[in-house]
Amino acid sequence: MRRYFARKLLTYFLTFFVAVTLDWGIPRLMPGDPIAGLLSKFQLQPSSYAVLHSSYTRAFNLGEPLWRQYLDFWRALLHGSLGTSIYAYPDPVTTVIRHAVVFTLALLLPATVLSYLAGNKVGAIAARRKLLDDTVLPFSYVLTATPYQWLALLLAFVLASVAHVFPISGGFSYSLVPTLSWAFLWSLLTHWFLPFVTLFLVGFGGWAIGMRNLIIYELDADYAHFLESLGAPRRLVRKYAYKNARLPQLTGLALSLGTIVGGAVVTEIVFNYPGIGWLVLQAINSEDFFLLQGIFLFIIVGVLLANFVVDVVYVLVDPRTRIGLQEGTR
Amino acid sequence: MSKDTTTTKDDTAAPTEEGNTAPRHELVYFALRNRKLVIGLSIVGLLGLAAIVAPFSARSNPDAFVGPPMQPPSSSYLLGTTYFGQDVYSQLVNGLRQSFLVGIMGGGIAFVVATAVGFTAGYRGGAVDEVLNMLTNVLLVIPTLALLIIVGGYLKGTSIVFEAMFVGATAWPWAARAIRAQTLSLVSRDFVGLARLSGVRSWRIVVGEVAPNMSSYLFLTFILLFGNAILISASYDFLGFGPPGGVSLGSMMNLAFAWNALQLHIWWWFVPPGVAIMGIVGGLYVTNVGLDEVFNPKLRSL
Repeated sequence: MRRYFARKLLTYFLTFFVAVTLDWGIPRLMPGDPIAGLLSKFQLQPSSYAVLHSSYTRAFNLGEPLWRQYLDFWRALLHGSLGTSIYAYPDPVTTVIRHAVVFTLALLLPATVLSYLAGNKVGAIAARRKLLDDTVLPFSYVLTATPYQWLALLLAFVLASVAHVFPISGGFSYSLVPTLSWAFLWSLLTHWFLPFVTLFLVGFGGWAIGMRNLIIYELDADYAHFLESLGAPRRLVRKYAYKNARLPQLTGLALSLGTIVGGAVVTEIVFNYPGIGWLVLQAINSEDFFLLQGIFLFIIVGVLLANFVVDVVYVLVDPRTRIGLQEGTR
Repeated sequence: MSKDTTTTKDDTAAPTEEGNTAPRHELVYFALRNRKLVIGLSIVGLLGLAAIVAPFSARSNPDAFVGPPMQPPSSSYLLGTTYFGQDVYSQLVNGLRQSFLVGIMGGGIAFVVATAVGFTAGYRGGAVDEVLNMLTNVLLVIPTLALLIIVGGYLKGTSIVFEAMFVGATAWPWAARAIRAQTLSLVSRDFVGLARLSGVRSWRIVVGEVAPNMSSYLFLTFILLFGNAILISASYDFLGFGPPGGVSLGSMMNLAFAWNALQLHIWWWFVPPGVAIMGIVGGLYVTNVGLDEVFNPKLRSL
């Protein structure tokens, strides 16, 4: 088990290192002069342009040799600084992200966990049950092939714009001051609901299909046939099949974390939900590159942590990893 | 429902008589009998056809202003017009084309990288495997869309070739890992050992002995990469990074959202592109499962 975790942690540290390097390198590798782009918005005399250009170059440390810039980037990062946001000037990027991340987590955590649990349950029940399978399976295929942003648009249109059941945009009603009152909490909840349902439904489809297929596969395994021939009740056989089918599904969860985060980004944009995804759009619109770089690192760290959680759960669920029979796999 | 059950029963009864004699016919037989495969392929095929004939069936250049704005679907504007008075139908068929192109190119590039990495890692083993495996696992964790926001933030209005390359460069890790695992299990077989002993060159063993034994698996992997590429590029365009103008399915949704189609109830602007993407991707998934059942006799019995 120690080797299992050592290997995982090594991968994660390496990933973090690569991510920070990409985060630093990509803006510098991009064609064009970022400062020229910044200054092109102002109409300047050539003489003042030269002065501003050199002063900005100094301010952003772009005159230094590359290796210096790289080390400085790490040093600032390790001190918890990601620069100053242009969009929310003069707030530091970390503050801006911290305000948004609460909303994203409130959306992502329940949507991911609940869709995973519900999808697995329904998929397991549907397997080898003709009538249920014929209804759940096509439905799940439709859901899993749906682009997040489109389901979000559809729900926003039908339930918010036409039926007025739910609010169409924002994280809470702008007529309310954030306080710990029932009215405010209710407002939070109604604004949260549709983005949550979007993320839940798309995720649900994939998990249901995966579990259904795995159960069918497991029920055909030797141990299942053996149990049946011993006269074990169907319930018991299915229970063992479910226990085994959980493992590949957990691996699948770790693999799809990136897709889920991507789905949250576009869903938040549709509902103007003030999380990280919505912040991405604001940063793009105001060309706030520091904020974009900060969000990238934040997402990476979040995904790494989530991966680690899945690893821990995997060890809890699969006894083989605990005694080291299955090291390095997964 | 009851009709379905009888047909599936026929499926399982018939092949036992004629199945063993002609394996190729058997595959075709099962392919035509497989409901999922037929349904999936027909959806993808129809949409593909619409994409191919797009230049002839579209009534106008997708960006041209052809009529009054915000017209609901009618006989003169099949799917209505946009906020600006562009023909939604023309945009849709044109967008389908772009989606298929990105899917084939992006999925293709990802497939080539995945097979190269997967085969090399699985066949070579040792230090090469360790390095490639680590690289795969690292890239696997970095979310594509997150990478996109730092790349896309700097590039405005990219081409679909760039989009396909980006998707190809980022979507391969899971496939490489799956192919590596399959290769590992094949490499330990006797026929590969025999080929090695008789001095056949490595790449010839991979191409001639290993790959054909997992050809169906490779094909299924490509189908999934194809579908994923379309979904990723739809998000990409929805964020506004796509080619300028309303020429792709993702940017149609982006423009509809940006110009308040929700509040103005112009549903015919954003519903068709989503249905089209769902059709292609869902069709591909169902095709994938159907093919799996055709290739793998174990799954047929259902």
